Amino acid sequence: MSRWLPKIYLTLVYVLLYLPILVLVVFSFNGSRTGYRWGGLSLEWYESLFNNHAMVQAMWNSLWLALAAATVSTIIGALTALALHRYRFRGKRMLRGMLFVVMMSPEIVLAISLLALFLLVGLQLGFVSLLLAHVTFCLPFVVITVMARLSGFDESLPEAARDLGANDFTMTRTVLIPVIMPALLAGWLLGFTLSLDDVVVSTFVSGPSYEILPLRIYSMVRVGLKPEVNALGTLLLLFSLTMLMLSQWILTRSK
Amino acid sequence: MHRVLQQPFKTAVLVLVWGWLLLLVLTPNLLVVGASVMTRDPGTFLSLPLNLDSYRQLFDPLYLDVFLNSLYMAAVTTIFCLLIGYPFAWALSGLGKQRQTLLIFLMIVPFWTNSLVRTYALKLLLATNGLINNALMGMGLIDEPLKMLYTEGAVIVGLVYLLLPFMILPLYSVFDDLRQELLMASHDLGAGKLSTFLHVTIPLTLPGVLAGVMLVLLPAMGLFFVADILGGSRNLLVGNVIKNQFLDARDWPFGAAASILLTVAMAVLLLAHRLSQRRLGEEAQT
Repeated sequence: MSRWLPKIYLTLVYVLLYLPILVLVVFSFNGSRTGYRWGGLSLEWYESLFNNHAMVQAMWNSLWLALAAATVSTIIGALTALALHRYRFRGKRMLRGMLFVVMMSPEIVLAISLLALFLLVGLQLGFVSLLLAHVTFCLPFVVITVMARLSGFDESLPEAARDLGANDFTMTRTVLIPVIMPALLAGWLLGFTLSLDDVVVSTFVSGPSYEILPLRIYSMVRVGLKPEVNALGTLLLLFSLTMLMLSQWILTRSK
Repeated sequence: MHRVLQQPFKTAVLVLVWGWLLLLVLTPNLLVVGASVMTRDPGTFLSLPLNLDSYRQLFDPLYLDVFLNSLYMAAVTTIFCLLIGYPFAWALSGLGKQRQTLLIFLMIVPFWTNSLVRTYALKLLLATNGLINNALMGMGLIDEPLKMLYTEGAVIVGLVYLLLPFMILPLYSVFDDLRQELLMASHDLGAGKLSTFLHVTIPLTLPGVLAGVMLVLLPAMGLFFVADILGGSRNLLVGNVIKNQFLDARDWPFGAAASILLTVAMAVLLLAHRLSQRRLGEEAQT
């Protein structure tokens, strides 16, 4: 009995965690108009989703933004992780501390501070402001992903490369980058997902010129039920599941 | 030769990351501090003179109520996450390694899924003519639908649902590190199960508990969209107040002061977390 209790408990928590998601997926194929009762299998919500021009546009906008934010934060984050791993410099502890604070800060605090900055310097809210904000909150996650990889790394390799006459830049390119590649991909995928999912920061720093998906969804679900959102949610779920499996596969395969 | 070639690369990297953090983290936060002591202005958002009115306004009974209520809901959320998450992490750490990996993966999947969509999915379950009410009425357990949506309870359910993985992951990591030998040693020294739990397990998992509390308590005050979608359009959370002050009411000094309140709460929790780790380190050495 007591051996089974933990397993029953774990199962119960997972059921509760996945029940809403399951309901969402099932109802995305619901033919009924009322949204709560089952009205037979249908793809009508997927159809109306793709016929919704503003929605498709917001999808593309979000995708471009996530691509750009993930790429920029991976480049800066990886360089930062390398610097933290390899160099001694003044303010190293402070740099680590600041990245930690960014990761821990409630999103809304980051959001309003960035809004204040953008308005002060007169930056028009749109793609650029969103990109700067998204890179900022993705950065610490990339740094810790790459740092984790570097900490388990054999120090004799860069030493050997240097003894053979490689300078730092060459050594980084030929030895370090291949080693941290899996972490770079995992960090990139994490950044991509964080950007695609963000609601809080985007609410503050986006403008009418560049509407993104989470905000579009937000305006739809605030009141009542929109079956289209079920279909969209199912597609997003499928998408993140693919990304996550890809990232796990990359990380475990390289071990 | 080495020195010369190595310096430009190092300098470039450090300038880039420090530049980014100073410009997009430090400066904006200083601006918020500055805004909080300025005076509200309908045209330019902010104007002189400097004063502490916005901090005084935080104690206005109207807002004090919101803050205390938000703190209460965040605390209830955190307690539920802890009550569910602690035994969960303990049970998880007792399984075989492969199964642990799979279950942790299943825990992260929702974290990678759009949080708005998941909040909306709860609406399908909780609504007056939603699935739970339909099921209960179908079974004849209730005659009239229960009002679950647009209540504080619904908001708490939503917050627990979204934030549970943030409690479980740090807890799991301390349980995973909790050396079995320590527990066995405690047992060999004659401590009973309860005594081992109180004097060994709890102190050793405390940093994980505090990390989890930090990752749940603060977002639970800030996630305004959960209150909007599941709680109806009321000012339920500090996050809603901050959002309204900045985007609708345009009272920046007050919104900034409310945000600083959250930052101070974060600082206190970070400090507690550090202290608990340090204490543990000292105890391990003696």
